[in-house]
Amino acid sequence: MIKIAGLHKALGGKPVLQGVDLQIGKGESCVIIGGSGAGKSVLIKCILGLMTPDGGTITINDAPRTRDFMDDIGMLFQGGALFDSLPVWQNVGFKLLRGADKAQARDIAITKLAQVGLTPDIADRYPSELSGGMLKRVGLARAIAADPKVIFFDEPTTGLDPIMAGVINDLIRQVVADLGVTAVTITHDISSVHAIADKVAMLHDGVIRWIGPKAEIATATDPYLKQFILGSSDGPIRSRW
Amino acid sequence: MTLLAAIGAAVLAWIAALGRFTIFVADTLSHIIRPPFYGAAFGRSLIQIGYFSLPVVGLTALFTGGALALQIYAGGTRFSAEAVVPQIVAIGMVRELGPVLVGLMIAARVTSSIAAEIATMKVTEQIDALLTLSTHPMKYLTVPRVLAATLVMPILVAVGDTIGILGGYIVSTQRLGFNAASYIQNTVDFLEVKDIISSLVKGAVFGFIAALVGCYYGMGADRGAIGVGRATKGAVVAASVLILAANFFLTEAFFNT
Ligand SMILES: Nc1ncnc2c1ncn2[C@@H]1O[C@H](COP(=O)(O)OP(=O)(O)O)[C@@H](O)[C@H]1O
Ligand SMILES: [Mg+2]
Repeated sequence: MIKIAGLHKALGGKPVLQGVDLQIGKGESCVIIGGSGAGKSVLIKCILGLMTPDGGTITINDAPRTRDFMDDIGMLFQGGALFDSLPVWQNVGFKLLRGADKAQARDIAITKLAQVGLTPDIADRYPSELSGGMLKRVGLARAIAADPKVIFFDEPTTGLDPIMAGVINDLIRQVVADLGVTAVTITHDISSVHAIADKVAMLHDGVIRWIGPKAEIATATDPYLKQFILGSSDGPIRSRW
Repeated sequence: MTLLAAIGAAVLAWIAALGRFTIFVADTLSHIIRPPFYGAAFGRSLIQIGYFSLPVVGLTALFTGGALALQIYAGGTRFSAEAVVPQIVAIGMVRELGPVLVGLMIAARVTSSIAAEIATMKVTEQIDALLTLSTHPMKYLTVPRVLAATLVMPILVAVGDTIGILGGYIVSTQRLGFNAASYIQNTVDFLEVKDIISSLVKGAVFGFIAALVGCYYGMGADRGAIGVGRATKGAVVAASVLILAANFFLTEAFFNT
């Protein structure tokens, strides 16, 4: 279980997170929504330890997070963040290449690629030769390659056409169900919320503005959440220029 | 008062930057001696930095050696001392021009590409991705490059020195009427072991600087394409200046006794 309490983080002199409280249970699929620039990526980077928070606590199973946490997680980055100097299979099998031998890592990588609907012939291609949808899938395969206990998805559908977005949503739901992992997804895409969430948290103005089970978002009365779900320009959220 | 404050702020910023760089150097050294070691990345760096730099090193040294011979001859004639061409070409190339020119070429070719590559990795979150894959970026990116550059640069400098002397030899024997056999004899007799050692030590130090500065600026890149451009430019300038400064102090240490 991941427990976040009173998390603060300022960047470039601007407060981004201003007291985030959030608990994510084991095996739960939590989707964090919020406008772009709300601080969703910053929140995930603080949880992972890629950024050092200015204040607050983060505990994993009631203990402070250690370096070993990275051994148990997978992360799908917003832009894929694939290593362009390495072929696809070495990207996917990156973590495995340290322990297992090369042939074995390659076999596992190809199995993982198949799980996300990619054929073995792309294993030897380089990331620069792939389309946006394929990059997301390879990123997804890399995130699940080392059988993580927690997977983080940063805007898995952003920049994809609606059909490919649906495919990625289905893949995520499927791997989360198959592997029984805890999933933390950040998105501003409502279709992802419907497809993969158990629990929804809305980040706004540096705090969790609303949190609840997915079933409750339809009946929620919070004006911020309602405006976000409806995508209307009319409401308390001001678009900032 | 505002002028004083501005000067104070600049000095403080400079000290802070120096502190960050010092920590980076110490961090790199501490990672060199701790496992794991990424052999494949090290091998790639050796080829990138060493092998692929040979053409530019060779050409630079060849033309410089040739020009050096012409100038020494022209200057020497005024004192009826044109016979010293082989000796001065040898000492000039081996002690100063070989290491400095190869160092600056490596700063242009290797520092820039290291800085641009790592900065691009930084701004596209590949460095973060490494961390989430339980891989330390200092070990995976910095150590192989710094180690490869430090080890391979003495070889590049030796090649540069040799080709530079060859350039002087070609010009002297083809254009200035020197005797081929005695030119070589004079060169060999005149050079001391200390000259060669100083050349190789300079090479190692310059290689260390070139790769380390490239990694430092790359890792510190700001976001976006502007960040990559700024990191690359800063790295090449800083590496060049540091190489020239280090050259002065090494010359001082080796020859000013
Ligand atoms: N490395 C950084 N340096 C300075 N500001 C940053 C950095 N990363 C993010 N920010 C700022 O923090 C805010 C939140 O960013 P982010 O978490 O990426 O938003 P999003 O919710 O769209 O993922 C933005 O205003 C962004 O400009
Ligand atoms: Mg984001």
